[in-house]
Amino acid sequence: MNGESSMFVLIALTVITAATPLVFAAIGELVTERSGVLNLGVEGMMLTGAVFSFLCIHVTGNAFLSLLVGIFAGMVMALLFGFLTLTLQASQVATGLALTIFGTGVSALVGQSLIGVAYEGLPKIAIPVLSELPTVGPLLFQHDALVYLSWLLVPAVAIFLKRTRPGLVLRSVGDSHDAAHALGYRVVRVRYIATLFGGGCSGLAGAYLSMAYAPMWVENMSAGRGWIALALVVFAVWQPGWVLFGAYLFGGITILQLHGQGIGINVPSQLMSMLPYLTTIVVLVLISLDQGRVRRNAPAAIGQVFRPTT
Amino acid sequence: MSDVSLFTATRRSLLTLAAAAAITLPGIVSADDPLKVGFVYVGPVGDHGWTYRHDIGRQAIEAEFGDKVETTFVESVPEGADAERVIRRLASSGHGLIFTTSFGYMNPTVKVAKQFPDVKFEHATGYKRADNVSTYSARFYEGRAVIGTMAGMMTKTNTIGYIASFPIPEVVRGINAFSIAMRKVNPDAEIKVIWVNTWYDPGKEADAAKTLIDQGADIITQHTDSPAPLQVAEERGVLGFGQASDMSAFAPQAQLTSIIDDWDPYYIERTQAVLDGTWESVDTWRGIDSGMVGFPEYGPNVPDDVKAAAELVREGIVDGTLHPFDGPINNQMGEQIVAAGERLDDGVLLGMDYYVEGVQGSLPK
Repeated sequence: MNGESSMFVLIALTVITAATPLVFAAIGELVTERSGVLNLGVEGMMLTGAVFSFLCIHVTGNAFLSLLVGIFAGMVMALLFGFLTLTLQASQVATGLALTIFGTGVSALVGQSLIGVAYEGLPKIAIPVLSELPTVGPLLFQHDALVYLSWLLVPAVAIFLKRTRPGLVLRSVGDSHDAAHALGYRVVRVRYIATLFGGGCSGLAGAYLSMAYAPMWVENMSAGRGWIALALVVFAVWQPGWVLFGAYLFGGITILQLHGQGIGINVPSQLMSMLPYLTTIVVLVLISLDQGRVRRNAPAAIGQVFRPTT
Repeated sequence: MSDVSLFTATRRSLLTLAAAAAITLPGIVSADDPLKVGFVYVGPVGDHGWTYRHDIGRQAIEAEFGDKVETTFVESVPEGADAERVIRRLASSGHGLIFTTSFGYMNPTVKVAKQFPDVKFEHATGYKRADNVSTYSARFYEGRAVIGTMAGMMTKTNTIGYIASFPIPEVVRGINAFSIAMRKVNPDAEIKVIWVNTWYDPGKEADAAKTLIDQGADIITQHTDSPAPLQVAEERGVLGFGQASDMSAFAPQAQLTSIIDDWDPYYIERTQAVLDGTWESVDTWRGIDSGMVGFPEYGPNVPDDVKAAAELVREGIVDGTLHPFDGPINNQMGEQIVAAGERLDDGVLLGMDYYVEGVQGSLPK
């Protein structure tokens, strides 16, 4: 980065890194929930993705492969969740919580040999020409691959849900599994796919943590980000665009309060630390005041066990 | 196994169950049984910081005494009611010596100790003692005086970034010791403090480091537990100090040195005392002289004059000619609060709740 980069750009760059894992985890969970499945195991899936992708980069040195491994690890966890809740019809809430505890434990076990191992982090990919632009260049076109991917993933999911037939089927399964079933859709299969997508995204969010955000492995390194992602989905009223907005708002306030402290703004730091949570909740509550929007977007059958009638 | 009850009895609590799963099962009790030494940890052994160093101490006991001891540990035990259950479990399952390694275990430790007068307890960083409860801590602030000296000499922007966890006396003491030493060698240098309100969140610690560097800090130091800030320093081409353990693997260029918690000698000494039957309740607060606070090799970017100055401070602290809180000390307004020739005593240090000169901002209370 050149010396002319303004403070705004510097702050924005930190915000982008802070928000990206939240975007991945939340957008994945959004798709899962839209199909009527509430998977509270995001934190566990993130940690699993983080540790396996870091293990892979340590062993092979191949970043692309490691990201795939992270996605795959999250999907395996999601598959376990799906088997318990969709096939065996266990409670989604209890199973999700168990998945988080399980993921925390498994990742700690796998990661034992990785403590103290260093990795320089995902390479930044500067887009030719565009990255040379003042301000906009460093802001938008000099990131690692996952940041670009997160920017593409959100509109892709939005279009998929709103404008495609499979997206419509997914939403109908989430709104009324009985009706969808009566129409001949394979409710359980759709939910499996949505759950696996959510797991893959959580795994990728974890991989971002251990390979880009703080490139290392330490136990429990997600430090509650999975739960924040879960909250973002609800407060964004299950709309992809608002998830992106919520993640950047949360990341933005987090970084701004750090800057505020550094500059010496005389507000108790405990209060400053609360700000991201407070602001995000207030803003997103304001969004969800529109009850029509909530009714249109909230999956009506979320968390319910599907028992085929025939 | 004699200790299956350990699992069944704690089944009521999910947290304790998870914790109990971490206990290595002790063997069958017999007359010439080895001494069982138990550890209660607040974090995971893989935090690469506080708990990690305590667990290194536990392993040192095993290496030193071999078959004569048997160690067990319970990790990630929340401070409070769960801690009491875990400590009681250890005490009632034949442990002769139990180390509880976080401040918040103080009351549970004292309470359980009353019920098990024959078991010896060692509580880290607390102040409540009993006939069978000792306390111990390390004078980490001595290490801060050494690194503060180095930072004062090496900063070019005269801005040091300090990532702090919680505004408790131990952390404030570290900031002040750093500032006093830094101002002695560089009266223009200042410390920017960012409180992250966590001991451990690599992402947030990294964000705080980036923020401080963006605001002009060219040296980063921390009182949080992960290597993330140092890693950011390495990436951004600035310098920094490790925390609790040698973190040079994460920042081979950036790490100037680190303050290492070394519990090994103390743990071995106390275990030996129990084996010999000479264990007594004591209050231990040791620093660099005993090796409880240590340093790794200097990083490649430390010039010789800085090394020499750091060594001088270190030696001064060891031989007692220098104390990190020797007067004159000014408060943030520049008013003298400790006169030349005076020295703050341990009582004041243990309750420190104000910033000294050189620290920017105001201390959250």
